[in-house]
Amino acid sequence: MANLKIVSVTKTFGDIEALKDLNLEIHDGEFFVLLGPTGAGKTTTLRIVSGLEKMDSGQIFLDDEDVSDWVPATRDVAFVFQFYTLYPNLNVRQNLEFPLKSPIRNTPQDQIDKKVAEVAKTLHIEHLLERETVNLSGGEMQRVGIGRAIVRTPKAFLMDEPLSNLDAKLREEMRSELSRLQKQLGQTFFYVTHDQTEAMTMADRIGVLNEGVLLQIGSPDEIYHRPTSTFVARFVGSPRMNLLKVHWKNDVLASPGEEMVFEITDAQREMLRKYDKPEFIIGMRPEDISVHDERREHNCFEAEIYFKQSMGAEDILNLRFGKLVVQATVPPTHGTTVGQKICGYFDIDHAHFFDVDTELRIE
Amino acid sequence: MAQVRENKGARKAIVAVVLIIFTIIYMIPLFYIVNTSFRPWADIREYPPKLIYQPSVAAFIRIFTARAVYPPGQAPTEQELKDMSTIERIVYKETNERIVRTGDLPRRYLNSLIICVLSTMITILLGTTAAYGFSRFPVKGKDDWMFFILSTRMLPPVIVGIPVFLMFRNVGLNDSHLGLILLYVAFNVSFAVWVLKGFIDEIPREYEDAALVDGYSRFQAFRKIVLPQSVTGIAATAVFVFIFAWNEYAFAFMLTRNTAQTVPAWLPYQMGVLGFDWGAAAAGTTLFLIPPMVLTILLRNHLVRGISFGAVRK
Repeated sequence: MANLKIVSVTKTFGDIEALKDLNLEIHDGEFFVLLGPTGAGKTTTLRIVSGLEKMDSGQIFLDDEDVSDWVPATRDVAFVFQFYTLYPNLNVRQNLEFPLKSPIRNTPQDQIDKKVAEVAKTLHIEHLLERETVNLSGGEMQRVGIGRAIVRTPKAFLMDEPLSNLDAKLREEMRSELSRLQKQLGQTFFYVTHDQTEAMTMADRIGVLNEGVLLQIGSPDEIYHRPTSTFVARFVGSPRMNLLKVHWKNDVLASPGEEMVFEITDAQREMLRKYDKPEFIIGMRPEDISVHDERREHNCFEAEIYFKQSMGAEDILNLRFGKLVVQATVPPTHGTTVGQKICGYFDIDHAHFFDVDTELRIE
Repeated sequence: MAQVRENKGARKAIVAVVLIIFTIIYMIPLFYIVNTSFRPWADIREYPPKLIYQPSVAAFIRIFTARAVYPPGQAPTEQELKDMSTIERIVYKETNERIVRTGDLPRRYLNSLIICVLSTMITILLGTTAAYGFSRFPVKGKDDWMFFILSTRMLPPVIVGIPVFLMFRNVGLNDSHLGLILLYVAFNVSFAVWVLKGFIDEIPREYEDAALVDGYSRFQAFRKIVLPQSVTGIAATAVFVFIFAWNEYAFAFMLTRNTAQTVPAWLPYQMGVLGFDWGAAAAGTTLFLIPPMVLTILLRNHLVRGISFGAVRK
């Protein structure tokens, strides 16, 4: 168990800057998820922390000790890979024993047996112990992979999209299982994924990474409700947040074609006035937009439903306001049909504002 | 349904027939050699060859021995004939010869074995480690190096034979085991590196990454994870390298005379007092075929998977 500190780490591959001055501190016993799209530098970060990849500059601290120059074996972190990487020449039991038998640990056989039995029980893989790894299903393989990580007590667990190769149902199961496991072990988890659902459901804190830059760190709630940039706003949340360009029209904000004219609150107006800019980006989550048959006084604009996805618990509607298309999620009880003319109501209290140029949050 | 099954059966039969024909064509020279080695001296030169003959092991005895012809009028007496061992009597009856001493074959055979086994082992050792390095590490100018390694195979041995001969003479490697071993290693290591690199490339790096994180050094990860997974490739490469070395003629012919002469360089010189001994040469060849055959049979499971060069691996 240990805390983990990444201090101004940079890494380039040829001409590509994979990580640009990355700083991050993960607390002892925390479930930290690094979230970002493909190519953001997530895996590189994990590989640098584990010592598998050399950084160009910067430092890595594990348990307040500078391990920057240590080889992977002595850093004592466990790594769960996206591809299961069970050693094909060893069976399940031998795979689980492998870390304990390493020359630097050299655990006595009776302790190995005890530990393996314990781990097998925790992960419900007792019946698989004598099997060949090639005959396991994906879910079983990843269980063994996780087992190989928890069989010793590492300083931290590094997980590189361990669930991305599983089918949807199994992924959901493993999500809750991993959360439970982390609580049970009380250990530091550094988890990397591009799947926002995984991040939102499991993380104590999330870091959003894009193009080697850490954009925001916060609890899942903070990330969702107070995204600090349009990228985070767009990346987290499904369907994604609607982002519209608006400009001042006297005291209100209007979309370019003036299909929508938002009556903002006094507080919002005061905040935006300080910015002294003619244009802003307004962000509305789909769930903050509702549809009504009758026109309301403010922030309700005429729209046509032109596409509808029924998700069971909710409907996702694409609403067309003149030239603009906005997504809204509404309860399925509403009974909307494609082509219907309705009034789309924007709950302006929940609006997010971003700078047009920097794309950073305004507040 | 029945139609389909019948077609399938017919196709199988055709494939079988074609394969049998090819096998027969390929087996003819082999059959001819083995057949010749069992023919009695008198039958070998007969044309057209007799189809039915009394098989004889005299040729095998002759290849193992040095002999002298009984001079005219000095034929062994009745009593002497009785005292002869079976082997001596067979030789005497067929070619009127007396066994003087053990021949050169065992020594040549031993030379071949020593040189081929050692050079194969060294080649595989160097080849595996070099292939691993090229496969896993960012070697500067990797492609150029790989091409350079391959280029050592581009010249036929006959062309480099004379320079190599002169160099070997200067450093005293002519007609020595070490000389041929070095040469075979140098020639075969390029093949081994290329083939083995293909095999090692197929093994995902993540296995080693996992082993490194699990507390093993790079070398331990190589030994415990990479090596067991590349056994198939190593076995296939080893068989090829061994056979290359075993069959090598040009260098052996040019660089060895006596001490280190290998079987291929020696076999053609079966000139006896009675003329060229085709039977002995054929018998020597038959014996010469055995080691590669045994090796291939022992490693056949690896070979079938190995020759497809990783294509079957999941």
